[in-house]
Amino acid sequence: MVDDKDKKLTISKIKEGTVIDHISSGKALLVLKILGIGPKTKEVVSMAMNVPSKKMGKKDIVKVEGKFINKEELDKIALIAPKATINLIKDYKVSKKFKVHLPKMVEGILRCTNKSCISNCEREPVTSRFYVYLKDNKVIAKCYYCNKKITDVDKYIV
Amino acid sequence: MGRFKHLISIEDLSKDDILYILEKAEKFESIARGERKSKILEGKTLANLFFEPSTRTRVSFEIAMKKLGGDVINLTAQEAISMAKGETLADTIRIMSEYVDVIVLRHPLIGAARYAAENSDVPIINAGDGAGQHPTQTLLDLYTIKKESNLNNLKIALLGDLKYSRTIHSLIKALVLFNAKIYLISPESLKLPEEILEDLKGDIQYTKLDDVIDEIDVLYVTRIQKERFPDEEEYKKVAGSYKVDLKTLERAKENLIIMHPLPRVDEISPEVDKTVHAKYFKQAFYGIPVRMAILTEVLID
Repeated sequence: MVDDKDKKLTISKIKEGTVIDHISSGKALLVLKILGIGPKTKEVVSMAMNVPSKKMGKKDIVKVEGKFINKEELDKIALIAPKATINLIKDYKVSKKFKVHLPKMVEGILRCTNKSCISNCEREPVTSRFYVYLKDNKVIAKCYYCNKKITDVDKYIV
Repeated sequence: MGRFKHLISIEDLSKDDILYILEKAEKFESIARGERKSKILEGKTLANLFFEPSTRTRVSFEIAMKKLGGDVINLTAQEAISMAKGETLADTIRIMSEYVDVIVLRHPLIGAARYAAENSDVPIINAGDGAGQHPTQTLLDLYTIKKESNLNNLKIALLGDLKYSRTIHSLIKALVLFNAKIYLISPESLKLPEEILEDLKGDIQYTKLDDVIDEIDVLYVTRIQKERFPDEEEYKKVAGSYKVDLKTLERAKENLIIMHPLPRVDEISPEVDKTVHAKYFKQAFYGIPVRMAILTEVLID
């Protein structure tokens, strides 16, 4: 017989590490991409998508065990998940809690859509760079080199 | 140190910086005309690094530098590429910046000058990056308007290829600083990119030349930038779609001035050259004192 506890979707608590909560639903995979979490990652990573949330209706959650990701890295998530909250866990307890803030500039995580932009020139050792800001509650990224704007940031995360 | 180290985009300069350069340029006119000699940049070398062809801009910088007592080396597209042998622009700039005191760069990729500035110990002056910016052209355009017309209460029409013309992209950003009334006139497919328009706060509207010819102070004409069109067919559709001739100017104000960054193809009929309105050749000359002002600003502490 399946009891109530088994029916509820629980994500296990972690002993030590970083919890990224209140990610806009469906964006967890992009969050992992932004944080560079992938096939070579050593840490134990758990992820849940479309979990019910009182605050947001639906949300995603990512937990990275054994690592305290630094604030600068985490702020990049604000590009696609502005409501994300971070909990740093020590000994199963929340030791630090904060919200992500949209950085003013990001390097390397976005691709410029302008084919003639120097940042897309393959043989140049150039990293993409974007000014980031909010306009009418939407995240806009403007290429530092050619000024072209990206309004649907999700699509151009590399 | 001067007011700026590099000159990449007109947006890097405040209105005050612009007026300062224009005033400085005035002082260099007599040297530009050869009425006075100067050695103020003696011992300094400029490298013209042109990955795209140019005559006017390159020669203009060369003359400006030489008339101030400086030296010039020219690297044209072929030389730059064969010298480079597959070398990155970053490396080329790093090496050049060890040899010379200032680099003037023209490159087909937008953002190239901004990128070069990151890799250079010496000042980089953007002579045109793709369909991006052309700040020295804008400064000499503004100087021309200041001398031949008036920068205040200006009514100006920008005619032609507003889509690919970097002189237009650069100029319009400065014109809004002077609260100019700006009329945009172009074939439908060559309108000013929405990206640029949405960032501009100013009195800007699309219109037809006939509707405004009697009220404007400046008519700024551009060539259709064939080399920036992705395909020949698109170009053929708009080639020759506008022309300024004596008939066009029948109702123009007497003090209307006509400007063109040159080279011109067929946009301005040669019969217009003899009229009092034609200032495009003088405009080209003004490039010398303006570039002298820029060079002395970045090279002299």
